[in-house]
Amino acid sequence: MSATPAQKPTLLSIRNIAKQFGRNVVLRDVSLEIAEGEFLTILGESGSGKTTLLRIIAGFETATSGEVWMGAERLDQQPPFRRRVNTVFQNYALFPHLTVEQNVAYGLRVARRPDAEIEQRVAEALGKVKMTAHAKKKPSKISGGQQQRVALARALVNRPNLLLLDEPLSALDANLRRQMQVELKSLQREVGIAFVFVTHDQEEAMVMSDRIALLRSGELEQVATPREIYSRPETAYVAQFIGHTNLLRAEVRDGVARCGALSWRTSTTDGPTLFSLRPEHLRPSSVASNGTVRVKGKVLQQAFHGATSLVRVECADGLVLVMRTSSGALTAQEVELEFSPADAIPVRESPERS
Amino acid sequence: MILADSQQRPTAPRAIWLLLHASAVFAFLYLPIAVLILYSFNGQGVGGFPPHHLTLDWYRILFADAAIWDAVLYSLKLALAAIVIALGFGIPAALALDRANFPGKTVFRRLVLLPLILPGIITGLSLSMLFKLADVRLGLLTLVLGHGTALISVATTEVFAGLQKLDRAQEEASLDLGANYWQTFWRITVPNLKLPIIGAALLIFTLSMDEIAVSFFLIGRDNTLPLEIWGRLRRGITPEINAVSTIIFLFSLLTIVFWYRLRSQSAPDVGMELLDPPHENVNLSTNPNPAD
Amino acid sequence: MFSRAYKTAVTVPPLAWVAVFLLFPYALMFCYSFWSVTPAQTILHSWSLDNYKELFQKPVYWQTLLRSMWIAARVMLFSLLLGYPLAYFLSFYAGKRKDLLYQMVIIPLWVSYLVRAYAWKTILGSDGVLNTLLQYVHLTSHPLDFLLYSPFAVVLTLTHIYTPFTILPIYASLEHIPRNLVEASHDLGATLAQTFWKVIFPLSIPGVVAGATFAFVLSLGDFLAPLLLGGPSGIMISNIVVSLFGAAYNWPLGAAISLGMLVIVVSLLFMSERLEKKWSF
Repeated sequence: MSATPAQKPTLLSIRNIAKQFGRNVVLRDVSLEIAEGEFLTILGESGSGKTTLLRIIAGFETATSGEVWMGAERLDQQPPFRRRVNTVFQNYALFPHLTVEQNVAYGLRVARRPDAEIEQRVAEALGKVKMTAHAKKKPSKISGGQQQRVALARALVNRPNLLLLDEPLSALDANLRRQMQVELKSLQREVGIAFVFVTHDQEEAMVMSDRIALLRSGELEQVATPREIYSRPETAYVAQFIGHTNLLRAEVRDGVARCGALSWRTSTTDGPTLFSLRPEHLRPSSVASNGTVRVKGKVLQQAFHGATSLVRVECADGLVLVMRTSSGALTAQEVELEFSPADAIPVRESPERS
Repeated sequence: MILADSQQRPTAPRAIWLLLHASAVFAFLYLPIAVLILYSFNGQGVGGFPPHHLTLDWYRILFADAAIWDAVLYSLKLALAAIVIALGFGIPAALALDRANFPGKTVFRRLVLLPLILPGIITGLSLSMLFKLADVRLGLLTLVLGHGTALISVATTEVFAGLQKLDRAQEEASLDLGANYWQTFWRITVPNLKLPIIGAALLIFTLSMDEIAVSFFLIGRDNTLPLEIWGRLRRGITPEINAVSTIIFLFSLLTIVFWYRLRSQSAPDVGMELLDPPHENVNLSTNPNPAD
Repeated sequence: MFSRAYKTAVTVPPLAWVAVFLLFPYALMFCYSFWSVTPAQTILHSWSLDNYKELFQKPVYWQTLLRSMWIAARVMLFSLLLGYPLAYFLSFYAGKRKDLLYQMVIIPLWVSYLVRAYAWKTILGSDGVLNTLLQYVHLTSHPLDFLLYSPFAVVLTLTHIYTPFTILPIYASLEHIPRNLVEASHDLGATLAQTFWKVIFPLSIPGVVAGATFAFVLSLGDFLAPLLLGGPSGIMISNIVVSLFGAAYNWPLGAAISLGMLVIVVSLLFMSERLEKKWSF
């Protein structure tokens, strides 16, 4: 398991954080460690509490209970301006009355750094985000993508230990967004500062993160690397939220799982169990393979997704499976599908929470 | 869009009636001002139709009138001091209403705004009782305290509306970048509230220069401009009052022009809460904070 | 996000100021209203209800109060009759000139109240503009003396002064009506008049209530227009307070009357707030 990059020391430690607004519970008992230099994404739907968690780290909200530690220093009692943590805001929150340059210089200015140092560090930061040419402009005169860069430079120029990013790409259009994802990731490698990135977009999380912390209704569902969270989801919610999946409700007895007409060997303990089976692990059966689970069904619908297609297949007992195929449209109405038992991952049920 | 709509539908008679009505109301609103200006140049003084013998005599008399100019100076001092007090307490009051919770907040909000709508004589009379109790001699000090107190309502209303439109992330970003509360207030909050603060100052100035009801109870030996004018009016109609009124009117116009020039350089959705065109659901003076 | 110290720093100074210069004086006025004044013009700090008894027993006080309310009611009515169609015109028919016309409503508000009241005096006086004009065009041969120094003059002047105050909230509430509601109403087959009475007017009621409250409350407490233009028959309740404060030096009775006005005004504000809430969606 590579849940925490073992070689890197812990930078920030979030311990049993809970937050309530009145009677509305937003976070319950969240604990999370962030390693130095790590790119961690807090992923969740709107209302999952991800932004609240970020605001607690930044100091804009006070947790109802729990602690935030940075090394030996307790952070959650400090006002925002005493934390070596900086934020890139969702809509950037650039100061409209200051120029790009003055925005970036702001943190150094209020810290009363010498003018020469301010000038040099601002120039350096603007260079890093390729905004030197726009230094004298007001934020309203530059594009959204450029504002994004200025917000980054403004936060990074203070050399924080940790940079928080609150859905910083959500205001950009799809193309610019993909470009910024790449840039942001390489910028993070370059500066070596730990990033905590909040998003609701699972693709974005997969592309950028060293680790993903998936938050659901104020509780962490799973914290793992993108690869692991995709291939080894721990709960049904995780399996469904990250990519597509088929959830098979099976009964396990003596090492054999049964779901309708399907049965396969598993090492899971006995009892009712939910299995996640990714669409790409289903394929039309061939004579050559053995040891696979096979099932016959009727093609209900095919959806073309470019490189692949998603095919909905209804099995004899009414079970509907989704298969990903890259071999173009299926012509036959009746198909036989197969999958390897090892690809059916047992997952925990995700109970309904308010 | 509605106008385009009204051209397609048979609305012309309705629009015309409304236009006629509007013209009549505007005539009603502007008639006295026009008469005032016209007769300030009338050789025969006030009244009498048609006006004749256009002259600048009344202005000449006015400019030689030391009592008027003393009163103008006195009123200016008073208005500027009232601006300082009203903003000095009105801005924190707006911040408190916007971001602090304390017992009696609702009562406080209503109390602050009350002088805006309460008859001025009540504020004036009650304050004069306070000053009598505290044995304060009536004069510029009592006037300043009275005007300041009555006009905190204006500053609070304007600044509170500005705060409601202020993106809270601006201040968060400042704190996040290491500025403390004091630095954040001066570097971010105040520049963002520049327009509401200037708007409030202009309104306070105008209202203070025109105030009679409160001043009446708090005045010492020296007259403010409106009370000086008032005193002369009670003695009878004097045409130089038309002249001074015309000057006051021109001054008001200059203030308005200054305000609109200033506002047009800024974002379109900020402005003067009490007087600028609406852009958001606002409720003057009675309940500016629907959240609580 | 704001620390306790920050909140204290912004709350305590204005709170203290308001307590000393608003709350305490009102409380003092309340006390005064139970005191009395000796013939030697010193305040007697003994508690009694005599001032309030006098208010109810002497007809001059409650008659003046009733007259003030009657004047204020007329001002309110006329301001609405003048203001509503104008606000409606601005909001729905003014097109590109909307902003300019709105400013034209505002400009008189910047112009000295005293100056405007005085202007009406020069218009309505027996040698005033109106009378001399009427004689000039031979409509009348004598000055009409009911124009000035009458409740009519007071109502006219106050209507002039407070009409813009009623236009502002009405215009604001009309501006907040989503225009697609009007289109939806037409689409559903309503005529212009039906749309106005069934959609536009009900949605503008909060503005009408606010405007009516302004006009009524502000004119109820006015003392300048009656003194300047009202004559003996146009005296209003504030004038009595002012005269009790001045020559008569009967502060306690003045305090009792002021307190009565305070109660009336605050309950009107309360009622209007309730009404506005009831009609806002």
